[in-house]
Amino acid sequence: MSGLAVVSAGLGQPSSTRLLADRLAAATTAALGRDLPVEHVELRDHAHAIVDAALTGFPSGPFRAAVEAVTGADGLIAVTPVFNATYSGLFKTFFDVLEPGALEGRPVLLGATGGTARHSLAIDHAMRPLFAYLRAAPVPTAVYAAPEDWGAGAAQSDLADRIARAGAELAALIEARPAAAKSDPYEDPVPFAELLAGGG
Amino acid sequence: MQFGIFSVGDVTPDPTTGRAPSEAERIKAMVAIAERAEQAGLDVFATGEHHNPPFVPSSPTTMLGYIAARTERLILSTATTLITTNDPVKIAEDFAMLQHLADGRVDLMMGRGNTGPVYPWFGKDIRDGIALAIENYNLLHRLWREDVVDWQGEHRTPLQAFTSTPRPLDGVPPFVWHGSIRSPEIAEQAAYYGDGFFANHIFWPKEHFQRLIALYRRRYEHYGHGAADQAIVGLGGQVFMRRNSQDAVREFRPYFDNAPVYGHGPSLEEFTAETPLTVGSPEQVIEKTLTFRDYFGDYQRQLFLIDHAGLPLKTVLEQVDMLGEEVVPVLRKEFEALRPAHVPATAPTHASLAAAKRTGEEVVR
Repeated sequence: MSGLAVVSAGLGQPSSTRLLADRLAAATTAALGRDLPVEHVELRDHAHAIVDAALTGFPSGPFRAAVEAVTGADGLIAVTPVFNATYSGLFKTFFDVLEPGALEGRPVLLGATGGTARHSLAIDHAMRPLFAYLRAAPVPTAVYAAPEDWGAGAAQSDLADRIARAGAELAALIEARPAAAKSDPYEDPVPFAELLAGGG
Repeated sequence: MQFGIFSVGDVTPDPTTGRAPSEAERIKAMVAIAERAEQAGLDVFATGEHHNPPFVPSSPTTMLGYIAARTERLILSTATTLITTNDPVKIAEDFAMLQHLADGRVDLMMGRGNTGPVYPWFGKDIRDGIALAIENYNLLHRLWREDVVDWQGEHRTPLQAFTSTPRPLDGVPPFVWHGSIRSPEIAEQAAYYGDGFFANHIFWPKEHFQRLIALYRRRYEHYGHGAADQAIVGLGGQVFMRRNSQDAVREFRPYFDNAPVYGHGPSLEEFTAETPLTVGSPEQVIEKTLTFRDYFGDYQRQLFLIDHAGLPLKTVLEQVDMLGEEVVPVLRKEFEALRPAHVPATAPTHASLAAAKRTGEEVVR
């Protein structure tokens, strides 16, 4: 798929993580100024399949479509609740079961929610290194939403501004990113002569 | 089509009793399974190669030599022989020796091995896995075809005027398969040499293997060994059967749920829907196995995994009998009726390769 994929790892129903993810998606499409297909992936819906994939090495059933939506998207929004000072285990396991290189160069907008504003650095201390390792391209602005952000008026919280700025940054990166021309080793294998010469 | 059994050789406690067989029991059980495979009319027995517990088969040609003496028709093979950590010189010698003892009833399957610590035990590095597979096999291929070899490479001491003995039986090297579950490089390698390609697709969905086998077939044709549909393909399979399919599911479930590879993950029902695993009646096994041809084209060898996860020997031998009596005769007939005349019915055997050599025909490089 091309378009925008939105991964949210909230466990509650309704989930403030999903709420933030939705607002980030809306800000991104608004900044793009055009219709972009948006695919939401709620990791809770795939919790068993994510663990199964970690054990078997392949995504099964409806989870496969979710993985394809994420790995084929033009841009990704990834939002996790902060548990014990970092992203949730489910959030990490999802990214653990993707194929190596699956998110290389991909524009990503990072978001997190938590029970206190004191955990806001989890984005920069935990999420950014993860996406750096995956060679994705996170935008500079990440959005953390604490309980007070949801109830505060504009005077006390600039959540809406941060969401708009982050969405605009992701939109700009999606627009700037050239269409992915990935080489497919099953379509174009390294010729044997090259393998034998040590070029594999 | 050739049908057979392949064994990993794991020592796993039976989850229904908690009892694990001794190494001696497991090794003798593998021999008993091979002997029963011949009695039941199957064509091939292949053993794995492992150098770490809980697996027993560290010395495949010792085991296969013993089985060779106790059988008459069975083709003895491996799944797989580690082309990365074994010295290709020793592989050349061991399997040529086995060929002579078994009157040619030998082929073998190259594999890399995916257990990181095993490599350094043999002085290698898993990060060189592909490079080792390419270089070592290239040397092995020469050792069986050239009487005197001068060789120099990256991963082994050089050879000057080396002759691997004994020479292959009748001057015909054993047929070689290359097994891979994900590496396009290995499909390319198999295609280059005109060797067989074995896709052990038993733990993953078919879509991935369709791409891998399509690559092998396309490149086999590219390298001039024949048409893509004439390339030599082998597939895995995994079955547990009882006459009544509910009985099969009930009996196999604890083995599935605790199996070392996929246990404690997906349900048996989910896994059978996604992979070749069939737990049910012989008719269901026939039905599922016939679909392999729809997905991968006409193929030459079908190996079944039936003896893992702690299943008792008695049960495994019942599976061999059911394969031989009820499943394989039907599959032989059905596959044969569907096979176009120009597609090889089986993988090359020693007899077919020796005959081709006599008439100067180069069937397979």
